[in-house]
Amino acid sequence: MPVLSTTPDTADLSLTIVAELAAPPSRVWHVWVDPRQLERWWGPPTWPATFVQHDVTVGGTSRYYMTGPEGEKAHGWWRFLALDEPNSLEFEDGFGDSPEQPSEGMPTIHGRVELAETPGGGTRMTVRSSFDTAEQMEQLLSMGMDEGMTLAMGQLDEVLHAVV
Amino acid sequence: MVVDQLDRVFAALADGNRRDIVTRVLQQEASVSTLAQNYAMSFAAVQKHVSVLERAGLVRKERRGREQLVRGDVDSVRVAARLLGRYEDLWRARIGRLEDVLAHPLEETHDARPQHHP
Repeated sequence: MPVLSTTPDTADLSLTIVAELAAPPSRVWHVWVDPRQLERWWGPPTWPATFVQHDVTVGGTSRYYMTGPEGEKAHGWWRFLALDEPNSLEFEDGFGDSPEQPSEGMPTIHGRVELAETPGGGTRMTVRSSFDTAEQMEQLLSMGMDEGMTLAMGQLDEVLHAVV
Repeated sequence: MVVDQLDRVFAALADGNRRDIVTRVLQQEASVSTLAQNYAMSFAAVQKHVSVLERAGLVRKERRGREQLVRGDVDSVRVAARLLGRYEDLWRARIGRLEDVLAHPLEETHDARPQHHP
């Protein structure tokens, strides 16, 4: 199981997911910064992503679109806030044509990725996504991007155990 | 559940004492005074926590004779959990695909672009 832990934080509306990957950080870094590799995993198979711009510099922007089952397109963008190859990257991830023209009322997610080399030469990748409001999270998830449901997790676990 | 309500749910569950109260009253309804016996804080403080949980829809108060009993609302708790769970699933799926990309480096040519119109 590559995903080691997921930690939702209901206080600051964030989710931290830690995964162990069988490749060194330098290689994992490239699946983030090479748009041809990135688009192979960013969007779900039903909504594949195509990156038309991926300017991996601090302040640089990316533009991409996701193509739905009916051929409909959803446009999105990233803006890089910090880069430390191959250790970490931080970016905003939003919807709309560009960061200058974000879709009104659509969520912007703040993402931080950390890549740490493991003793076996692999990578421990930590991805933290935070939202401004629960409304944003709800919007994002109602866009057909979810791929199933689970109930078991972090802080809510202790509450849910009482329900079962 | 309406969106404002969701924010209240997340705020309510951010506190450890309140999570503990919800856990208890999901298992068994209890009066505020019974609940208060479990904590070092004052009756008034427990009452305040219960009010926050009530506004978030996580618990309901029911009058039984002279007592007001607090009861947990399972559905509200599940909605909040599901929301974060769905985002977790999105990332689990992404990481699964990312591993595939790492496992098949030979396909990393420009031909590997997804075919949008097969």
